[in-house]
Formats: sequence, C-alpha cells, structure tokens
Amino acid sequence: MNAPRTLLDKLWNRHEIVRGDEGTSLLWVDRHLVHEGSHHAFRKLSERNLPVAHPELTVAVVDHYAPTRHRDRITDPAQKRMIDTLEENARRHGLTCFGLDDPRQGIVHVIGPEQGLTLPGLLINCGDSHTSTHGAFGALAFGIGATEVAHVLATQTIWQSRPKAMRIRIEGTAGPGVGAKDFALGWIARLGADGAHGHAIEYAGSAVRALSMEGRMTLCNLSIEGGGRLGMIAPDETTLAYLEGRPRAPAGDEWQRACAEWLALTSDDGAAFDREVTIDAAEIAPIVTWGTSPEDALPIDGHVPDPAKLAPREADNVRDALDYMGLTAGQKLAGTPVDQVFIGSCTNARIEDLRAAAAVLAGRRSRVPGMVSPGSTAVKARAEAEGLDRIFIEAGLDWVGSGCSMCVAMNGDIAAPGSRVASTTNRNFKGRQGRGARTHLMSPVMVAAAAVTGALTDVRPLLKGRKP
Amino acid sequence: MKGWTRHEGMAAGLPQENIDTDQLIPARFMSAPRSEGYGKFLLHDLRFDADGTPRDFPLGPGTSVVVTRRNFGSGSSREAAVYALVDFGIRVVVAPSFGDIFASNAVNNGLLPARVTPEMAEQLLGQLAAGPVRVVADLETGRIRIGDESVPFDLVRSWRDKLINGWDDIDLTLRHRAEIATFAERYRRASPWTWPRGTG
Ligand code: SF4
Repeated sequence: MNAPRTLLDKLWNRHEIVRGDEGTSLLWVDRHLVHEGSHHAFRKLSERNLPVAHPELTVAVVDHYAPTRHRDRITDPAQKRMIDTLEENARRHGLTCFGLDDPRQGIVHVIGPEQGLTLPGLLINCGDSHTSTHGAFGALAFGIGATEVAHVLATQTIWQSRPKAMRIRIEGTAGPGVGAKDFALGWIARLGADGAHGHAIEYAGSAVRALSMEGRMTLCNLSIEGGGRLGMIAPDETTLAYLEGRPRAPAGDEWQRACAEWLALTSDDGAAFDREVTIDAAEIAPIVTWGTSPEDALPIDGHVPDPAKLAPREADNVRDALDYMGLTAGQKLAGTPVDQVFIGSCTNARIEDLRAAAAVLAGRRSRVPGMVSPGSTAVKARAEAEGLDRIFIEAGLDWVGSGCSMCVAMNGDIAAPGSRVASTTNRNFKGRQGRGARTHLMSPVMVAAAAVTGALTDVRPLLKGRKP
Repeated sequence: MKGWTRHEGMAAGLPQENIDTDQLIPARFMSAPRSEGYGKFLLHDLRFDADGTPRDFPLGPGTSVVVTRRNFGSGSSREAAVYALVDFGIRVVVAPSFGDIFASNAVNNGLLPARVTPEMAEQLLGQLAAGPVRVVADLETGRIRIGDESVPFDLVRSWRDKLINGWDDIDLTLRHRAEIATFAERYRRASPWTWPRGTG
C-alpha cells in the first residue's frame, strides 16, 4: 500500500511538471488572477515581447484602486491610470476583465469563489498575499510577487519549493459571537506572526468543519498573517453546496466527475505532518488586536502588555507599538474609544459577514462615523435585496461600492493620522490605513459592537435576544 | 539581472521586529513607474516626518547591508518593497526570519535574504550599535563578516545559484516548453473540469 499522504502532497503531485533540485518544482497553474497592482509584471512581459500563455486561465479585476464612491468620475489621475492600465493590458492580451461597472467586479479573493473560478484541487496564483483565501476550497493557493506574476503570465507555471506540512485542528464548539476571525487571530497570537513560516497550513477539526464557506475563507485568508505560505481546508459537502451552479464551475456530467475527485482530496489517516497544533474552540473569546502586528492580539477582556514586566527586547517592541497606537501600558482593552469603524476587505466582507454585523446594528445607532464596503458588487446587490443596506444606513454608516478600500487605503479611502479604527481587515501594520492611523483588527460583529458603543467592546452582551 | 558572489559594503542595524512591506514602501507610492526609482520611498514614514523633514535614521546613502530582527518583509506580496531596497542600494538583508513571498521577490531581484539565528542577529546588531561598519557577504562560503564577527547564513541552494548566476526564471522555464505542453495535454484530458466553463 502507498504511504498515507497529506492534502498538500496530493495537490502538489497533481501539479508537478518538473522536479528540480532541493524540493523545487515547476508547477502547473490552473487560475491566475491579476489586478491593478500587476502593472510591473505586464511591463516585464512586454519588455520581452512575450504573449500571455493561457489567457483563458487568467482573469483580471479592478479592486485595489477601485473608488467606492462616484465610480463614474475618478478625480485622482494616478488611480485612474492604474485602472486604465489594467484594462488596457487585459484588452491587449485577450483576458476577461471585471471592470468597475461589471456586476462581477469585487475584491479578487471574493470574486474568484463567487464566480466558480476557484475550485477544489486547483493551483491558484495571484500577485497578492491573501491568495491563501482560495485554499478554503481545498486548492493550493498562494500569493506571488511581480517577477513571478510575469512568469505565470508567460508560462502558466511557477517554480516553488515544497513547504512543510502543518495542521491546525480547531476542535469543539465556539461560543456565541466567536467565529473564524477569532480562531485566526487566536492562533496567530499564540504562535506569532512568523509562527507558520515556511509551512502550508491545513485547518481541520470539528470547529472548522462546522464553518460555512465564508468562515473558512476568513480563516484561510489570515494564514499569511501567521507567516504561512498558504492555508487550506479539505473539500466536503459544504464546499460542493457553495459551488454548485456558480457561473464558471463545471456543470452536468463534469460536475459529477469533479465532485468525486474533489471529495478524495483529504489528508489520509496517519499522514505525517511536520507540525500539529490543536486549539479548543470553546476557549476562544472575541479577539481584538492592540498593536502593530496581527500577533499583538488579545481577548477583549484582556489588558495590553506592560513593557516594565517584559525582557528588554520584547519591551522595546511593545513600547514602540503602544506608542504608535496611543495606548497606555497595562490598560484595559475594553472601553478604549474609537474614532471610526470599517467593515470590508477580502477577510470579512462576504454576505455572511454583513449579515452578522447587521444583526448587531439593527435598530441601533453608531456613535462614530464609518464605512461598509461589500466584498463584491454581487455581495452588495444581495445585501441590498435582503435590506442590510438600510440597517447600516439607518445606523449612520456609509454604504459604499466594492473594492479593497480602507484595507489598503490606495483608493483615497483613508484614516486620518492618529485616528483609531475598529476594522474587519487583516493588517494592523503602521500606516496601513493611512499614515499614523491606528488599526484594531476584529470580527464584523465586534466592529458593529464598537460602532454601537463608540469603544472597543465585548459584543456578547449586545447579542442577547438576537441571531447573529 | 546581474549575478554576484561577493559583496563588500557598509552595514547598518535596524533593531526592530516585523518590519513589514507596508513600512518598507507605503501603499500610496506604489502607482509610480519603476523608472522613477523607488529608493526614495524606502521606509519612507520612518525616515521622514509628515512634512518631509528627514529624521535621524540608521540607513544612510552609503548603506548596502541591513541587519534586522525577525519577520522582516512580512505582509503584502508587493515586490515594490524589494525595488525600494534595491534602488536605495541595499544588496543584503540579514535577519532571523523573512516573509516567504518577500524572500523570493528579493532573490528575483538580486537581493540576498540572509537568514541567521536570532542570537547571531543580536551579535551583529551589537557590532552595529555605534554606527555603520564594513561588511563582506560571500555567497560561495555562505558567510557574512561584520567587524570581528563572521557568521554563517542559511539560503536554499537553488536561490544561491540564482543569485550567483543572475538567472532569470522565464528563460529557465522556457527550456521545459515540451514537458509543459505534454503535461497540460495529459492533465486536461484527465481533469477537463480544471478549465473554467465557457472557455475554449
Ligand atoms: S482587501 Fe486588502 S488584503 Fe484583500 S486583496 Fe484587497 S488590499 Fe489585499
């Protein structure tokens, strides 16, 4: 009998064309997603006069610079140039491009699954680190840099050294108000922002199985924030139910055949992992970050660290983070006033995220200004059909168009220096949401709670009598 | 890209953890064409006040080697972070760990991500505490000498070869054209569903 194999082994072997030295392989790429940021790569391609090898496997979308308001008149010339350049490159190479007025437009990691471009068993690349999101479907999905984007465009392949296999099991049942975002920030706080360095993470366990596809995408999305090369979850009935009938997913006989292949994409019993971690879901509380790295995360009832109680090097880091964040050593996290809220990004702007936030906000007012940017134009339409937009607007928040928006602050949606933002995004790096802006990462329900109270708050009491 | 085996230059210490790619180059600069040179954007918000006044900062015009703490280059896949370092004149970054995507972007641009143990990084930072020091990085021997300290660094062999020879992956891959074509044909026959519906 063959030795038991991990999901990583199975996916890797499927795609391996050439095995080079030292575990470096040339892999076939099934889907290549490009966005405005890919301009360096297209330039490299035209410098060498190379065509796109497989335009039918390459899809372009406008997201990073997408304006969320007044889409028909972009006033910033640099933003307009970035969007025009992408559309021009797509036209020249015959790529499908979801532009600003296309109903399929949205954040690249939201639209891939939504359109059925993302499927189990595929290898998916995109010049964006959160490509790990697509691993939620049992795909080998990872972000690449511009030189590699040019390489995939030119050859439909990528050289990669095989990562080590790591399994994170999350077992048991999470309490109310606790979900995928808390699972992710929880393990990153425990293992560190480079805790999964060099590893491909497979998430398993009953709490992961119980997650919807939206939750699984949130979990895999944040793999990169813990240093993982990619994150993935074996496909199951939940995966199939999400994909059936999606525009680009297989149909008919092909669908049946695909499903049979997909359900075999699991780690075999007894497969060896280089590293295993187990987490008890019941022990996880709603989590918020306090510092400038995603590893600086604590349960909402926690206190920020006190440098006086730490070893010198760690103390330096904490002091620097507290200083940037405008927090006092040892202070309680709950009750810290926020200036604004943001619900959006490829981490937490899918329909389920918006429903959860709306469940907290319904019939309540936000004490601070804020923005809700749906993950895609399709999510926006769906939310409007369900009346979620009314809830946000009546709470006093801005309901805007879809794009990366304040996750990366490239499109003009930016927080002022010193402004404290409760945010559903993925990075609390210095300056990420604008120079000097202070980002606290948390789940959509926790952002909604911060809106309602104007401060970092435990959402759980606000959920009483409501269905999140 | 030009290959190299030995680099001699001035090293500076950046004793911080988690210097992410958003710090290496803030997003607002990323729409600039590369031809402008990205060196001026490097660590911009750490090097300059909001009004553009330069701050006292360890990295000077002559710096070509940076020694720093864990998780350097974590975060976004933006290769622009590497362009900023390279255009500034940096050839080597020494740290206990790097963001994965950053490290491969670095190698694709001739920048050496030299991995050392946390203890060694601290030793080297100690040497640099008083200011920049001459250093030699050698890809053949896999060692870095700063002041009185000589330490080994980790680098996978395929990356070392690439840095030394200045290889370009596209050229390398196009030599495998026939294997790729054979693979694609067999693969598509075995799993036709891997091509998106509605494409030829
Ligand atoms: S939403 Fe943020 S993290 Fe996601 S793709 Fe856009 S910029 Fe990247």
